[in-house]
Amino acid sequence: MATLKVSSHVPSPSEDAEQLKSAFDGWGTNEDLIISILAHRSAEPRKLIRQTYHEACGEDLLKTLDKELTSDFERAILLWTLEPGERDALLANEATKRWTSSNQVLMEVACTRTSTQLLHARQAYHARYKKSIEEDVAHHTTGDFRKLLVSLVSSYRYEGDEVNMTLAKQEAKLIHEKIKDKHYSDEDVIRILSTRSKAQINATFNRYQDEHGEEILKSLEEGDEDDKFLGLLRSTIQCLTRPELYFVDVLRSAINKTGTDEGALTRIVTTRAEIDLKVIGEEYQRRNSIPLEKAITKDTRGDYEKMLVALLGEDDA
Amino acid sequence: MAHTLDLESIVEAFSGKNVGMGVDEKALISTLGNSHKDHRKLFRKASKNFFVEDEQRAFEKCHDQFVKHLKLEFSRFNNAVVMWSMHPWERDARVVKKALKKGDECYSLIVEVACTRSSEDLLGARKAYHSLFDQSMEEDIASNIHGSRRKLLVGLVSAYRYEGNKVKDDSAKSDAKILAEAVASPGEKAIENDEVVRILSTRSKLHLQQLYKHFNQIKGSDLLAGVSDSSLLNDALLCLLKPSVYFSKILNASLNKDADKGTKKWLTRVFVTRADHSDEMKDIAEEYNQRYGETLAQNIQEKIRGNYRDFLLTLLSKSN
Repeated sequence: MATLKVSSHVPSPSEDAEQLKSAFDGWGTNEDLIISILAHRSAEPRKLIRQTYHEACGEDLLKTLDKELTSDFERAILLWTLEPGERDALLANEATKRWTSSNQVLMEVACTRTSTQLLHARQAYHARYKKSIEEDVAHHTTGDFRKLLVSLVSSYRYEGDEVNMTLAKQEAKLIHEKIKDKHYSDEDVIRILSTRSKAQINATFNRYQDEHGEEILKSLEEGDEDDKFLGLLRSTIQCLTRPELYFVDVLRSAINKTGTDEGALTRIVTTRAEIDLKVIGEEYQRRNSIPLEKAITKDTRGDYEKMLVALLGEDDA
Repeated sequence: MAHTLDLESIVEAFSGKNVGMGVDEKALISTLGNSHKDHRKLFRKASKNFFVEDEQRAFEKCHDQFVKHLKLEFSRFNNAVVMWSMHPWERDARVVKKALKKGDECYSLIVEVACTRSSEDLLGARKAYHSLFDQSMEEDIASNIHGSRRKLLVGLVSAYRYEGNKVKDDSAKSDAKILAEAVASPGEKAIENDEVVRILSTRSKLHLQQLYKHFNQIKGSDLLAGVSDSSLLNDALLCLLKPSVYFSKILNASLNKDADKGTKKWLTRVFVTRADHSDEMKDIAEEYNQRYGETLAQNIQEKIRGNYRDFLLTLLSKSN
């Protein structure tokens, strides 16, 4: 469930755009005002505000934000203001560039979005970068990582609930055999993970647990800790079956590290606030005995903190 | 007995042992439909290809082959109309599904759909596949095809190519070099090459056109002249770079009098799936004319009969 809080009476996009303009006027920037507006509007109104602002002020809102804001807060606002498809395209593109490369982010975008959301990301990628997401991912990854990631970003999974139990049994067996022999990057393993529907994959791993008495993720723990591909494979399976647990893990390491990983924190809060951040928050509290909001406020400060708290639906606006 | 029996024209109308396809419905109505039952007996006795004399029981029995043949020839028009009425996405989804069921020899149909359609149309076919078959196109292909061809076919149907006009020449050049080395490999080794799959299944068509130019310069030979041992690779290249050449070739094959049952069906598929794209159809017709010396319309007029012929000619004329 989403955590985004929108009041019952929402001003028109042009009123919002006016207000934002005033937030930039004069010395300094009224970040509180920015948060009180943007962090409490859903995707469609944000889009309209951006359009209206452009018409009224002759400049893209994001460009103004870029000029007026700094670092973490700016990044959070930037990601939040983009449309979900554009946001994912931006994250994916960054993930293919040398200094910001991240196989994990690519896998996360490919596996935790719905088929339609992933498609929007691919369309936005064409528009923004004049290339396809798969050609960039293919060009910037190699070997087993490439095989897995290109397949994952190219998938257009069936989204129905129908499940073929015979197939689930066969494929659970197949996966068991492959990982027993440590063939983690086997073609069939990748094929199953990147083409089957999420319902089918869940059925397969449930079957796996029934047959072998342990969860697939447990079986995969027996591998080499330094095996990066194995780590990615585990996260892939987690994203496809229990995404909220994956996000809890990422948040936990982002917040509790010495020095917060703002990149990951910002990414997860902005990309999930309208999807399932509530569920993620609940799981987080269950596993860490502290509410997510508290963990975040302990580790962040200033406008950045305020923005995150607002997206968590915990501010007083 | 009012009229004399025009045996030849009835046999002709059934498109018997002659080259053509389809059935001359009008001729059948006027000759066979108008015929007296004694005429028809004469027809059966005289048509040893269609009927066999059961002397013991004194009647002329229908060959199984004749019944099958008739069914096929009568249904050409039917199939064309049904396919034409369908949404293009459904057409393509069904073509891919059928090709998967038929196996090996039909995998080039998957290449055809994946490589000659626009990004949106291919995506549409994938959507239709979800709706029709409760699974994704790529999972069906991946689980039914094994070996070297799987990677390429899954890659090609999963593509959502950029369709704008930006191209990076140095990327195209380096891809051309990679391809130049890879195509020399024997057998199907070329399509097992991850780089080949990457290039063919992720790059935009414009990028590939640029690559084509560079390839020809590097190798001094034409990338599209059947450069690899792998027919699937050659088909993919042709479909991506010069679809009108590809289509005119398969049309020619389907109109050949020695073509087998499966090949003859290509005629309907190409016409029905391309006729909505009048520019492409025009290109195909022109290419056909240049290659084979006669026009597509002429060839169809000569070799096809009845409603099927008229339907094809109508589809063809939409592009003019």
